Amino acid sequence: MNKQQSQTIQRVFSRRVVLLGGGQVLLLSALFGRMYYLQVLESDKYKVLAEENRINRRLLPPSRGLILDRFGVPLANNFPNYRAMLIAEQTPDLEETLRDFAQLVPMSERERTKVLRERARSRAFMPITVKEDLTWEQVAQVEINLPDLPGISIDVDQKRHYPYGGITSHILGYVASVSESDLARDPDPLLQLPGFHIGKNGLEKQYETLLRGKAGESQFEVNSVGRTIRELTRQEGQPGEDMVTTLDIGLQQFTHQRLASELAGAAVVMDIFSGDVLALASTPSYDPAAFSRGLTSLEWQALVSDIYGPLTNKAIAGQYPPGSTFKLMTSLAALKSGINPSATVFCSGVTALGNARFHCWRKEGHGTQNMTDALKNSCDVYFYEMARRIGIDAIAEMARQFGLGQAEGLDLPGEKNGLIPDRAWKRATMGEPWHQGETLVNAIGQGFVQTTPLQLCVMVSRVANGGYAVRPHLMRAAGDANQVKADGPSTFPSMGIDTDWLTIVRTGMDRVSNELRGTAYRSRITIPGMELAGKTGSSQVRRITMAERSRGVRKNENLPWNQRDHALFVAFAPVHAPRYACCVVVEHGGGGSTVAAPIARDILIECQRRDPSRRNPNIEGGRNEMP
Amino acid sequence: MVLQLHTARGPRKMTIGTKLRNVTWSMVLVICAVASIGFAMLYSAAHGSYDPWMDRQMARFGIGLVMMLAIAMVDLRSLMKIAYPLYAIAFVLLIYVDVAGEIGMGAQRWIDLKVIQLQPSEIMKIALVLALARYFHGFTYEDMKRPMVLIIPTLMALLPTGLVLKQPDLGTALMLTMVGGAIFFVAGVRWWKFAVVFAIAIAGAYFAWNSDLLHDYQKKRVLTFLDPSQDALGAGYHITQSKIALGSGGVFGKGFLQGSQSHLDFLPERQTDFIFTMFAEEFGMVGGVVLVGLYSLLVLYGIVIALRSRSHFGRLLAYGLSANLFLYFFINTAMVMGLIPVVGIPLPLISYGGTAMMTVMIGFGLIISVYVHRDMRLGRRNGDDE
Repeated sequence: MNKQQSQTIQRVFSRRVVLLGGGQVLLLSALFGRMYYLQVLESDKYKVLAEENRINRRLLPPSRGLILDRFGVPLANNFPNYRAMLIAEQTPDLEETLRDFAQLVPMSERERTKVLRERARSRAFMPITVKEDLTWEQVAQVEINLPDLPGISIDVDQKRHYPYGGITSHILGYVASVSESDLARDPDPLLQLPGFHIGKNGLEKQYETLLRGKAGESQFEVNSVGRTIRELTRQEGQPGEDMVTTLDIGLQQFTHQRLASELAGAAVVMDIFSGDVLALASTPSYDPAAFSRGLTSLEWQALVSDIYGPLTNKAIAGQYPPGSTFKLMTSLAALKSGINPSATVFCSGVTALGNARFHCWRKEGHGTQNMTDALKNSCDVYFYEMARRIGIDAIAEMARQFGLGQAEGLDLPGEKNGLIPDRAWKRATMGEPWHQGETLVNAIGQGFVQTTPLQLCVMVSRVANGGYAVRPHLMRAAGDANQVKADGPSTFPSMGIDTDWLTIVRTGMDRVSNELRGTAYRSRITIPGMELAGKTGSSQVRRITMAERSRGVRKNENLPWNQRDHALFVAFAPVHAPRYACCVVVEHGGGGSTVAAPIARDILIECQRRDPSRRNPNIEGGRNEMP
Repeated sequence: MVLQLHTARGPRKMTIGTKLRNVTWSMVLVICAVASIGFAMLYSAAHGSYDPWMDRQMARFGIGLVMMLAIAMVDLRSLMKIAYPLYAIAFVLLIYVDVAGEIGMGAQRWIDLKVIQLQPSEIMKIALVLALARYFHGFTYEDMKRPMVLIIPTLMALLPTGLVLKQPDLGTALMLTMVGGAIFFVAGVRWWKFAVVFAIAIAGAYFAWNSDLLHDYQKKRVLTFLDPSQDALGAGYHITQSKIALGSGGVFGKGFLQGSQSHLDFLPERQTDFIFTMFAEEFGMVGGVVLVGLYSLLVLYGIVIALRSRSHFGRLLAYGLSANLFLYFFINTAMVMGLIPVVGIPLPLISYGGTAMMTVMIGFGLIISVYVHRDMRLGRRNGDDE
């Protein structure tokens, strides 16, 4: 740039800066003008308004709606939280009052300094919280000694309480303080109340608007230093609505505790016609009260780094290869493709495809197998042969129809999709063509296939209910449990599956449980009329090398926990008039027949004994079931 | 070597001592005066207590002051070199908060660094000015005619604006656009182009209003501004109360710690966005005029420094930053007086808050650096001599 050019640009710059400067002066004049208008011309008017500005308002938080089980047992309720409050100007000596108070109710040094700091910050007539969560005895003691405790008073507000703690925490979630991002998303002024809690997870989050209710408002008059003179109007808020869930808390409790005999796992029980989720457990779980109180970072670290995943709801967000339970889908796909279920395949314990060898779980083989034989024995070779004949796309189509590979739309945040692979999927995500060997592996529920326990429960429900596209849900009704009407006929559409095919698959499942040498025969139900029909599954999480196979496959007990097989079991009952479906997954539990099936059996016995779908809450009630 | 050529021709390389003597200490004094008013107001906002705001704000200002002087020592050539990288970093951080916000499902403006909360949109305010000054440096008035020249800087200004708008932070987006526009104007972009853009903006605003690009609460703020009485206890409450507090202050105010409206909690957010109201309630119109005068003086310092700089980069940088400061305090004061809608912009140096304080101090540091290095000549390309 030559000298002249640089002078030109500098001239343009200066000229324009001056121009903009003129604009800035104009804007400043507007500012000064406005100040003059407000503070000189209109000042008297505003002085009067300020004088009248004596009406202050305060929001009244509504009480949060209860969450109830299907019979009206409260799963989340509000407990009164008794607090000791202190009004500084009413006590001659604050320190002494606190000392006296601490003799009745122990206070830590931290709590004491917090009170003193709070006092320094607020005005003398504002109440300060001294101590929360007082017990009944403490309240009584303080009340009796009130004359000796000038300035102290007892006040009560509400606190969320979960009577069943960790048993319901994965479903209910918890409430906790409002965060910065909650405020940005939700304009409700209630959120700005100090100490207000909102749903952060689970049903508490899903149905937040229903449960929260509407704020009330109190308008009161204050004098010129701000002391409250009297309340002018009081408009009560609208309390949050109660919600009745589909859960049967007795069954939920049983399921959770039965499952807790293993290290980590999930179980779902649902009504195969209505889609009511009767129990949904994931172990280990966490204590929701700790979240409401606020976790220390140490506690949080411990929860996050726990290898058994207490923060994950494994029933909806745990994704596992379904293992042999997936053979139900392979069977249906084969039937749809015109395979004759009586036709047999010979299992010698291994089958070859090109250079690769595919092994049956039973080294010695199963011999001649038809379809229901193969389901009963969980014969891998039979399904390898079916897979080879019909291809992966036919299997994937059937699996998707039965609810696998996509979220079921349960009314709970955090549900995972799982994965049902097919040719198009592999080409799109890996850019590689599908290999036939993969068809064989996926047909027995290994390889790419991923499902959640909830999806497997839906799958077996649809098999058991005659092919209706039932969907699971947790919300039964808003309002009073006694008002819930009996369930009407199922309104889910038929999926158009031939009932003969379903009968064959159910027969296979019946033979699994109720015929000698069926894979789950030892976990059958022997109570007449309650028999279950199921399918076992053990999904491998590691690769068995040729070398290991020749040495002898290592037993699960000899492997580190996180390399053991997942144990799965899906079932419905009663076998001849199905009503309930159940899925149990035990993470790295070993074998489906030895670990998962006994749990499912016990759950289904308890479920049929309680028979929650047919029990009428209006007659039996449920309120006597409080723990 | 290029550098030696420069030292032979240009001013001698300055020592830190020389540089420190060249700092506009009178300006630093004004900055301290304004900050002190802020401390007093935070003391008052806490009903006459150092805790919880004043002590922390003082610590931040102390750090800011050191940072400002350190930055003032950095010469323009180095500033020019970091202009683009800094812009790139700010841009990536903005995208990061947007994505993180998407995942957290809600508005996200901060990156939590444990010690401080980093607000990328604040960094962008500085980075954009630096990058635009760096870009326009070396273009002649003739060059500015060519539309091709303007494509890159337009994108440079609009992309971050879009990201900030998405957060959603209307106030900051508005400031980025206006500061960008001011730099374009003084850099010599032709008049008629502004007319065209203005027309398009009006059409765009009309479109945005009728689509769902604006959040409901943002629309509500505009509507409330047009008629506060419509919603006297809701969103209009802030502005109505602010006007009452201001107006009742009168000419001389109610006196320090005596602002009844502020202290009885009628005035919302008195330690942040509405702190000017409390000041004007306690010190009246006289106080208000003095404070606005002090701010104007600081802006004027920036403008004069810009006019005296021998490099175009320095000129644009100092001007852009002073325009930024002007908009900052103008938007805030005009907002609390009910001249423009409430957009949530703090009052620089006075409102309680860490990131805004740091950005403002960094801005002052850069302006002072332009003054200290006012005689430095910069080459057309990357700051080295031609």
